[in-house]
Formats: sequence, structure tokens, C-alpha cells
Amino acid sequence: MTLWIVFLALTAAAIFAVLWPLRIGAGGPAAVDGTDEHEADLAVYRDQLAEIERDRLSGLIAGSEAEAARAEVARRMLRAAESGGRAEPGSRASDRRRRIAAVVALVGVPVLAGGLYVMLGSPTLPGQPLAARLSDDPAKADIALLVRKVEAHLEANPNDGRGYEVVAPIYYRTGRLDDAVRAWQNAIRLSGSNAGRETGLGEALTARAAGVVTADAQAAFERAVKLEPEAVKANYYLGLAAVQDGRRDEAIARWSRMVAGAPADAPWLPTVKGALDKLAGGGATPAPAAKDANGAGPSTADVAAVAAMTPEQRSAMVRGMVERLAGRLAQDGSDLEGWLKLVRAWNVLGETDKAKAAAVDARRNFVGNDAALAQIDALSRELGLGS
Amino acid sequence: MIPETGHFALVLALAVALLQMVLPVWGARTNDAALMRVGPALAVAFAGFISLAFAALVAAYVQSDFSVLNVYQNSHSEMPLIYKITSAWGNHEGSMLLWVLVLGLFGAMVALFGSNLPQRLKANVLAVQASVAVAFLLFILLTSNPFLRLSPAPAEGQDLNPVLQDIGLAIHPPLLYLGYVGFSITFAFAVAALIDGRIDAAWARWVRPWALAAWAFLTVGIAMGSYWAYYELGWGGWWFWDPVENASLMPWFAGTALIHSAVVMEKRDALKVWTVLLAILAFSLSLLGTFLVRSGVLTSVHAFATDPARGVFILMILVAFIGGSLGLFALRAPMLRQGGIFAPVSREGALVLNNLLLTASAAAVFVGTLYPLALEAWNGAKITVGPPYFNFTVGLLMVPVVFVMPFGPLLAWKRGDIAGVAQRLMAAFGLAILAGLAVAYGQAGGPALAPIGIGLAAFVILGSVTDLAERAGLGRVPAATAWARLRGLPRAAYGTMLAHAGIGICLLGIVAETSWSSERIVGIKTGEGTTVGRYELTLERVEPRTGPNYRDVAAVFRIREGGVDRGTVTSSKRLFTARNMPTTESGIRTFGFGQLYVSMGDELAGGGIGIRAYWKPLVTLIWLGAVVMAFGGVLSLSDRRLRIGAPRPARARRNADAAPANPAPAE
Repeated sequence: MTLWIVFLALTAAAIFAVLWPLRIGAGGPAAVDGTDEHEADLAVYRDQLAEIERDRLSGLIAGSEAEAARAEVARRMLRAAESGGRAEPGSRASDRRRRIAAVVALVGVPVLAGGLYVMLGSPTLPGQPLAARLSDDPAKADIALLVRKVEAHLEANPNDGRGYEVVAPIYYRTGRLDDAVRAWQNAIRLSGSNAGRETGLGEALTARAAGVVTADAQAAFERAVKLEPEAVKANYYLGLAAVQDGRRDEAIARWSRMVAGAPADAPWLPTVKGALDKLAGGGATPAPAAKDANGAGPSTADVAAVAAMTPEQRSAMVRGMVERLAGRLAQDGSDLEGWLKLVRAWNVLGETDKAKAAAVDARRNFVGNDAALAQIDALSRELGLGS
Repeated sequence: MIPETGHFALVLALAVALLQMVLPVWGARTNDAALMRVGPALAVAFAGFISLAFAALVAAYVQSDFSVLNVYQNSHSEMPLIYKITSAWGNHEGSMLLWVLVLGLFGAMVALFGSNLPQRLKANVLAVQASVAVAFLLFILLTSNPFLRLSPAPAEGQDLNPVLQDIGLAIHPPLLYLGYVGFSITFAFAVAALIDGRIDAAWARWVRPWALAAWAFLTVGIAMGSYWAYYELGWGGWWFWDPVENASLMPWFAGTALIHSAVVMEKRDALKVWTVLLAILAFSLSLLGTFLVRSGVLTSVHAFATDPARGVFILMILVAFIGGSLGLFALRAPMLRQGGIFAPVSREGALVLNNLLLTASAAAVFVGTLYPLALEAWNGAKITVGPPYFNFTVGLLMVPVVFVMPFGPLLAWKRGDIAGVAQRLMAAFGLAILAGLAVAYGQAGGPALAPIGIGLAAFVILGSVTDLAERAGLGRVPAATAWARLRGLPRAAYGTMLAHAGIGICLLGIVAETSWSSERIVGIKTGEGTTVGRYELTLERVEPRTGPNYRDVAAVFRIREGGVDRGTVTSSKRLFTARNMPTTESGIRTFGFGQLYVSMGDELAGGGIGIRAYWKPLVTLIWLGAVVMAFGGVLSLSDRRLRIGAPRPARARRNADAAPANPAPAE
């Protein structure tokens, strides 16, 4: 609202600049208007005459030269006087012209300025000075900004392990996997090892290797389990590592132990059970993580094969899975979870454009469903894809 | 709200400029005083809106408002405040806005201080100015809008180009633009006069202050750009004949010619056609400079815009303004009445010679800069026209300019006495010869041209002093009278003296730097040393440092002269983290007028660092000379204001009459 009042005031000022000099009886002093032509010329020549006189007196030019120069200037004066006399006295000001000018200003300025501004401007976007954004209510700030805050804090206090611990999961979720690994390593170095941190590190390492539980990741999960034998995620991943290494029995044993010791209402129970069933049933898919961002579902055989693959083959496989998901959603677009997965997956693969396109397609499928749209927007913002 | 207010103010400025382009001309055609009065009011309003827009952009930069695309692309929240401000014009969009801001401020100055102008001329001038503003505002709004927004706003910007993170960016572009755009006023005067069909001696008097101001700004602007390149680029050169430098030099040559020919026009009503042509050329070359820098035709430090669409737009602006004004000129010039006649040997004659040589220099630079481009466009051949071409052509043209310079002010108008003038310059000439001989003896086997160059420089400086002495009648009248006369001389006389002496000072620096610089390129380890000129440099330590948005490795050298400690000098290599771009910060120490210049190179395999060290005697005179020149221009200008030839209010006239100590100049 304030913005529009400011715009109105500015427009009024512009129009005023035209109307004020047009008002009746506006003939101001020469200082503003400029001078009558004839007078202006004569003034210059009078000055020149005075100058010649001064030069003569100070001996810079001889008397005869001064005389010739004076004659020359006098001729210019005569000519100026002549043309001054010839100039038509003129209408000076006419009401008709005045009115036309006023109307042009009154209509033209707002129409032109308003039209162009509506075309080019973004009146709904408030200014967003960084300082204000940083001190804003954290609930309103977006993820990127929160990360920045923590980063700024860490730059000032590079030995604050807690800061790394806060930022690491966000890096992980937004696909900054190298940063996530580094942050977890720093958190462990500074705050010491515990199951949660080691699991986070292992998870980040696994995601960085496109779902393969590498030796480093496995070591991290093992440290976690050593510290906290019941650690759910770590145990799950160790099972997955066993599957990928082809040690099915070990995986079944580990996951069965988890299921046996679990409280009945554990939220992860269905996932592990499902994985176990598939493994026992011989063939189908244990997801790489209980609730993994990348979860595009490799089959057991796939996963087992992955360990033996070159990085190129591996990424081709992941790509293939993501493309399959995209194909499925193109045919049936009603699966919100699927869309969110797809956007995340493209983003993790570094295909920002495809991620954006997927977000756009997703929005198209959920027109009218505000809750779904909000989720898509939130994800886009989180991944920095623009909305 | 701030960015959007700025955006709206910019759009409003366009609307205002459109009215300012049309209404005053209509008033002038129909002789309607009311409509003509609209011109000055709109010019002031335009300046107000454009200032508001510019202030909004600067505010967005200062606040690191990354929801503004331009800020996101060219700023970083950790930059020091001064660079946050300067990065507002350290990019294509912002620099164009600065250009139009300067245009608006000049227009407002004509509106407010042009009280001595005939109403018709003033109305036309403001309208022509507004047409330039309209063209550039359309360009900004449609192709280079600095107020485009970004949502969601990123949390950090992409940083300013590290080479531009320097105090030079605060000084060089604004001064240069004051020069470039200042010539838009003389251009507007020329076109306005052509529209009206009347140009006379009075016109020249009205134009001269503007030409002088633009010229002074351009002079300092170019000099500051040269000094910036000298210390920032890290290899000790102060002029590279880079196309962008040439682009600023061409309007300078044309402008220098203009301020001289306007004198002839004012005093003698002669050279009218020529002066008007120069006024058009000076601004056309300024536009061309903008085009060369902004269109991406040239790639250099300055060309931070490389977008063909913009190039085409600027090309259209160029064609419209240069073509239009020259067309109008061709149409009207034959109708102008010829003015006073003069003998070849006279003040006028000397100024004509000056004009011919200066425009020839501008043409030489023009050909050297554009011929490679034209050739490439024609048959794809890539050639480079290098410094040897420019040094040879411009150098050769400048020698007679400089040699004749002391004669000009001493010659009389209309018909001069060359023998008499030569006689009066005898003392200066003799001393200059002595200076040359002393140099030849002193340097014993140095460059053969050095004594001649130094002699020429001495001749110019002494010659300009001679002019003052002559005017005071020194030696002809008693000392007390001469002193009184000297003090009573108009400021313009001192201005001429300083501007001419500035050329001599500059020349002195150039000759000394090119003839007697010494250079060392060595690899040294901590504790080792090298010698350059009279100075011994010892590498004391190499240490890492951390800046606000960069890390650097600094090499600290101890300077000794003949065993006496002269302090330290530090050069560093900086890595700007946001763009991952390195720069070299050279270390400079000034001793007298010379400079010791150390620039750190790469770290060597064996553990040391490579360095370039220079001793450049008298090098600072190159830029000090330019500053003296510009100061001469300002002095002349301050004199001019005292006697702005207008029907003055009675009070002002009384004051002027009561002050015979400041009589009008007689250049």
C-alpha cells in the first residue's frame, strides 16, 4: 500500500513539473526562463567591448588594434539588433497550446509510466535487505538463509561442533553432499563420536556414492552400532552393505534382529519388514534407506551389482531409475510423493533444469490442490530451484 | 519497497524526458514562452527522478538486497562498504544508470545556471539533451534493467569482479562519465543552434564553460584510469593503447580542439562551422566510446557486458545521433555566415594548426582502433594494431603541437608578429636547450631521444611561464607594477598557463619513464635480495593474510638505498573466494616523483617467489601533469563564471564593477 502511495506522489510531482510553468501569469524572472534573445546577445557583446577596453588599458593590445576590434564587435551588435527587431513579437503564450500540453502531461505521464512499470516491475516483491532477512523470525526464513546464518556463525567460531551438526542434515537434504560429509566429519572431530553423527556421516557418504555403502560409510555405521547397538538406521545400512556385498544371510540376520527387538509401533518397522520380505522372497527391492531422499528403488540384484560398477555405470543406472520414475509419472501424475522424489532426484544428479521442469509438471498435476502445491513449493525453495 | 521505488522513478524519468524532448521545441517553434518554460522545470524533475533511481540502486547494494538480480550478480555481503557502493556502477546496468544520472545532472545545471541563455536556445538545448536521455533510458529499461528482481532471493551474491574491487572504481568511472556526458551539453548546444539556424560569437561564449568543464573532467578521468591500470594490473605499464583507453582518448582530442576553436569563435566570430562540427564530433566519439565498451565488440577489463542485443541497440543510438546531427549539420552549415578573417600567422592561425593536429591525432587513434574491427567484419582477418603504430603516429603529431604551444598565447589576434614572439621566447628556448644538453651529458649513452624530449618539455613549461611574465610586463615595467599586474591577471590567463604547463609536466614524466626505468624480474627466497635502480630490495617474509572476502599471500620487502633503511613495501597475490579469481596487488612506494614498483609473481618450485621490480623515475609526473591541466581548466572556468555575459541583477553588476582586481581575461 505504501508503495502505491509513493508511486502516486512521484507521478504527481512529475505532472506538477509540467503544470506549474504552464499556469497563467507564470512569467518568472529571467534567471529561470532564460533571457530574451536580443538582450542575451547584446549582453555578450557589451562584455566583449569592456574587455577590449581593459586590454587596451593594461597595454596588451595597441590602440589601433583595439579600435579595429571595437568596430568588429560593434558590427556584431548592429546585426544582433537588426535580427532582434525582425523577430516576430510572437503570440508568446496561447491557451490552446497550454491546454494540450497540460492534458498530455495529465494523461501521458501516468499512462506511460504506469504501463511500462506494470510490464517491467515487480510491485509485490518487498525489498529484502540481507541484514533484515538474517534477523527475521527463523520460522519465516527459507532454508538457504538459515544455512547461511549457520555458515556465518561457523566462520566466526570454526570450533563449534554443534553448528556443523545443525547444518549437516540440511546439506544432505538439499543435495550438497560434499558439504554434508565435511560437516559431519567436523562435527565428529569437534564434538566427539556418537551414533547419530556417525550414522549421518555414513548416510552422506552413501548418498555421495549414489546409494552404494562404501567402505568408509560402512566403517562409520559400524562405529555407530558399537556406540549404540540398537541404532536403527546404522543397522539398516549395515544390512544393506551386506546385501550389496552379496552376504544375504548376514543381512537377513541383522534385519531380523531389528524386527524382533522393535516396539510394535516403530515407524520404521514396515520399511525394514518389507526389505526383509523382499530379500527372503529372493529378488525384489530393499530401498537404500528407510526414508531416503534418493529412494528411486533399485532392485536387490541391481544393488548387488552396483558395488561392482564403475562410477559411470553406476550413475547411468541411477539415471535410468529416475527416468523410469519420470515416465511413470508422465502417464499417471497423481502420485505426489513420486513427484517430490523425482524433483529431489534430478536435483541430486545435478540436473537443475530437469528438476525445475519436474516441479512445473508436478504443479500442473495438482492445480487446485493447495496442500500439494504448498509441498511442491516448499521443496523447490529448499532446493533453491525458484518457485 | 526501495528497489521498486527506484524502478518506478526510472520509468517516470523516461516519461518526463519524453515530454522534455517535445514540449520545449514546440514552444520554440511557436514562440510560446509558457511551453518553453516547461523545459527547465522538466530538466530539474528529470534529474530528481534519476537521482532517486540511482540512490535506490545504491541503497539496494549497501543493504545487500539480493532480491535485486543486479545486486546478486555483482555484490557480496562481506565486501567493505565502499565497494558495496561502487559495485553499483561496477557492472553494465549500473554504469549505464550512472551515465544517465550524469546526463540528468548536467541538464539540471543548464536549467538552473543557464540564466544568461536566450530562451529559445535554452529550450532547444534541453530538448536535445532529453532526446539523448530518452534513447539511453529505453536502452536501460528494455535491455539492461538494473531493477529486475529475483524470487526467492539468494542468500549470498556472486561478488564483484575482483579487479574492480578497488578505490579506483569509486573515482575513475564517475569522472570519465562527467567528461563523456559533459560533451552531450556542447552537442546539445550545437544541434539546438543548427535547428534554429543561428550561430554567432555569443553562442561560443555560452558553450565554452560546458566544454571546459567536460574537458577537465575527462582529463582527470583518463589520468585516473591510467593510474588505476598501472597499479592494479601488476605489470607496471601506464598506457596500453587498449581500445577502451583509445575510446576515451578520441573525445579528449576532439574536446581539446573544441575548447580552443571556441575561443576563436567567441573572439573573432570565425571558425563557426568547424567549432560546431567539433562539438558534434566530441560527443559522437564519446558515444562511440560507450559503444565500444558496452557492446561487447571489444573484450577487455572494461567490457563487462557481452550481449549482442545490446550492441545492436547501441548501434541504433549511434546511427541516430551521429547520423542525425551530421545530417543536420550538412543541411545547415552552408547557410552560416562566415566571420572574421585573419592572417596565417596569428593567434587564430596557431589555434587552427592546433586543431588540425589534434583532430589528425584523433583520426589516427580512430583508424588504429577501428580498422582491425572493420577488417574482421569485412573478411574475417584478425589483425592487431599495436603500440608501435600509436606511439609513432600520435607521437609524431604531438611533437609539433607541443612545440607550437608556447607561441600561441603570445601571438596577437588577426595578424601576429612571429619574429617578435620568437624573440620573447628566446629565454625559454635557451634554457630548454641547456636542459636537453644537461640530460645528454648526465645520462651518458642513454636513449638518444631523451634529451630532445626533456628539452621540449622544458620549453613548454618555461614558455607558458613566459606568457604570464609577458602579460605582467616583467622586465619592461618596474617590479612593483609587474607584480600588481601579475596579481591582477584574470584567472583564465593562469588557467591557460597551468593547462599548457601540465602538458609539459606530463611529457617530462613520459620521457623519464620510458627512457630511464629499470626493471628486474627475478626469483628470490626469503632473506635474499635484488637491486633495482638505486634501491636494494630484500624479501623479509612471505605471509598469508585474510581479508573480508579474500585470502592473500603477501610478500614484504625491506627497501634500502645505499645501506640506509627506507621502510618496506608489500605486494600480494589475492584469491577472491566467491569467484575463485586471483589478482595481483602491486606494492608501490613513492620517492620524490619516482616510484618503486614491486609485483609478486607465482611461487617457484624451489621455494622462492618470482617478482618483478621496477624503478620508474618521475613517473608520477604523468598523472600530476594531467591533474595540473585539469586544474587549469577549472581555474579558467571559475573566472568565466564571474563574468557570465548576461543582463545581471543590479546587485551582481555592482559587485563586478567594484572589483577591478579581477578584470576579464584576454585570451
